[in-house]
Amino acid sequence: MADVYTTAPAKVEPMLQGPTGRKPRKALTRGNIMLYGTLIVVSLYYLLPLYVMIVTSLKGMPEIRVGNIFAPPLEITFDPWVKAWAEACTGLNCDGLSRGFWNSVRITVPSVVVSIAIASVNGYALANWRFKGANTFFTILIFGAFIPYQVMLYPLVILLREIGLYGSLTGLVIVHTIFGMPILTLLFRNYFSSLPEELFKAARVDGAGFWRIYFQIMLPMSLPIFVVAMILQVTGIWNDFLFGTVYTKPDSWPMTVQLNNIVNSTQGVKEYNVNMAATLLTGLVPLVIYFASGKLFVRGVAAGAVKG
Amino acid sequence: MTQMNAMTPLEPSVSDPSVSIRSLDLSFGAVKVLQNLNLEVSRGEFLVLLGSSGCGKSTLLNCIAGLLELTGGQIHIGGQNVTWAEPSERGIGMVFQSYALYPQMTVEGNLSFGLKNKRMPKAEIAERVKRAAGILQIEPLLKRKPAALSGGQRQRVAIGRALVRDAEVYLFDEPLSNLDAKLRADLRVELKQLHQALGNTMIYVTHDQVEAMTLADRIAIMRGGKIMQLGAPHEIYHNPRSKYVAGFIGSPAMNFVEGRLEGGTFHCALGSLDMAGYAFDRPQDGPAWLGIRPEHVAPFDIAAHKPIQRQARIDLVDPLGSETLARVTVEGLSLWVKIDGETEVRAGQTMPVGFSPERVHLFDKDSEARL
Repeated sequence: MADVYTTAPAKVEPMLQGPTGRKPRKALTRGNIMLYGTLIVVSLYYLLPLYVMIVTSLKGMPEIRVGNIFAPPLEITFDPWVKAWAEACTGLNCDGLSRGFWNSVRITVPSVVVSIAIASVNGYALANWRFKGANTFFTILIFGAFIPYQVMLYPLVILLREIGLYGSLTGLVIVHTIFGMPILTLLFRNYFSSLPEELFKAARVDGAGFWRIYFQIMLPMSLPIFVVAMILQVTGIWNDFLFGTVYTKPDSWPMTVQLNNIVNSTQGVKEYNVNMAATLLTGLVPLVIYFASGKLFVRGVAAGAVKG
Repeated sequence: MTQMNAMTPLEPSVSDPSVSIRSLDLSFGAVKVLQNLNLEVSRGEFLVLLGSSGCGKSTLLNCIAGLLELTGGQIHIGGQNVTWAEPSERGIGMVFQSYALYPQMTVEGNLSFGLKNKRMPKAEIAERVKRAAGILQIEPLLKRKPAALSGGQRQRVAIGRALVRDAEVYLFDEPLSNLDAKLRADLRVELKQLHQALGNTMIYVTHDQVEAMTLADRIAIMRGGKIMQLGAPHEIYHNPRSKYVAGFIGSPAMNFVEGRLEGGTFHCALGSLDMAGYAFDRPQDGPAWLGIRPEHVAPFDIAAHKPIQRQARIDLVDPLGSETLARVTVEGLSLWVKIDGETEVRAGQTMPVGFSPERVHLFDKDSEARL
């Protein structure tokens, strides 16, 4: 680069010198006001409810009765959180959301692991090993992604009852795994199709079989899509209410169902602060997942979407 | 441009075939990609499959490698029928256009992956990797990941991955197409030296005619899933069997003049040309094409020695340094003429051009076969 400057003419017309110093910035242009104005309004729209929830959950009931929902708590109390976690009554049990939390963990972890494990192999087989009937299989899968859950609810109840898993956590794990399959397989198939085909061919020439190619070639290149699948499944299964209500018994209710029972209980006083705390507690897991892997999520979505 | 293998003594002994493809058929659904294709490659031969995109050359290579399932026919490699064998059991090594290196493995890992899959003893793997790395001069790169290599180095590693397999046949699928022009020329020379040193059979797919002419012992020109002509580069260039082959090979392309052949005289826009001296294969009167390569249209005073002479007006000049290409109009026909680099010519100028019937190529209008 130094050469460029030395060969430049020594004396330069002032007009030709080009920009010097800092580029002038105009902060208050009409466009900027519109842009930031819109952004601020939209953020407020989404953040205000969250603010109200947090503030309310930290107030005592007398303070809530005053009625000013936007005011910050005069006296911060964590009692509602404790009550929501350990003491709130749902049905016969009065041990709060903690029971539901552990149920949800026991539902979510195996469902996520099993569904991703199966779907990734499915997607890999569909993308790379063009077996007979692969296209038909794929069409059926895609179709499966668009069938409303309600249609299958009752048949699945009968099915689970017949194999003796109705009401158990295992039954719910199986249901989640099945319902996650179409969309996850599609996700993995598209990702594996976007990887260079020649890589797969090279591995075959090198004598690697179905599983060796999957584990040694494909898996190490697929971290982003696994993160995407994990986020989709964790949030989907954790937030699930429908299957949780239909396929479990009170003992094995997931957190969402318990939350509903706490919030919608019709007896006694409505404890808004406890309800808010319980809701925040329930939403905490997906929130943490999003914050922890947000960057990978965006990267993964793009990696799967764009070919090349 | 590298010189042609004009003098390579060829016509291989097909008595010792390394690869033999017998009435191979391949269709994808209703689309027939390869039809009744027969090809024998002799041991140690460098065969180039040449054609424009979509002609089936890469498909054929993938069939030989076992990466595509045949619809019909047989493939033999090294005397064994490998029609239904796995790619790894065919005694082949393959190099891909996109390098296709395993990104998470080091260069060493890439080279040894196939050998590990064969459960080869560690000592032998190390020795083979060392030897291949030595041949390709990639020893300093062994511990690096592919992402840390340049394009040329990556392709070298890809070649190395094929070499360690000690295969009967090496298959190359447009291996130089992703490299820049300078590197491509260098690696082309290296590939040729590699072939001379190893003496293995090599089958090489390309759409680049310079690569084909310089590397090949024999070239198979493909079109629409069929081999149009199979022969030594010299043969293909100077004795094309069809108009397609004649027009495909050579740059700029051969000039074609439409006309009619009648009793040894070709009637066309240039007048009635006496074809005395042309080595007819099977003379047949009727509509025909006359083809002549740009370097066989002689300009200026050389034209005076040619039996057929015309005046030409220069429309366009492409100076290439070593030679100059001129687009000229003769009797309303546009032709390319190759002129030596020293003579200065300008657009708008007129000059005499001439050629002799021995140098032309005649093709039937309908069948496009050589006359």
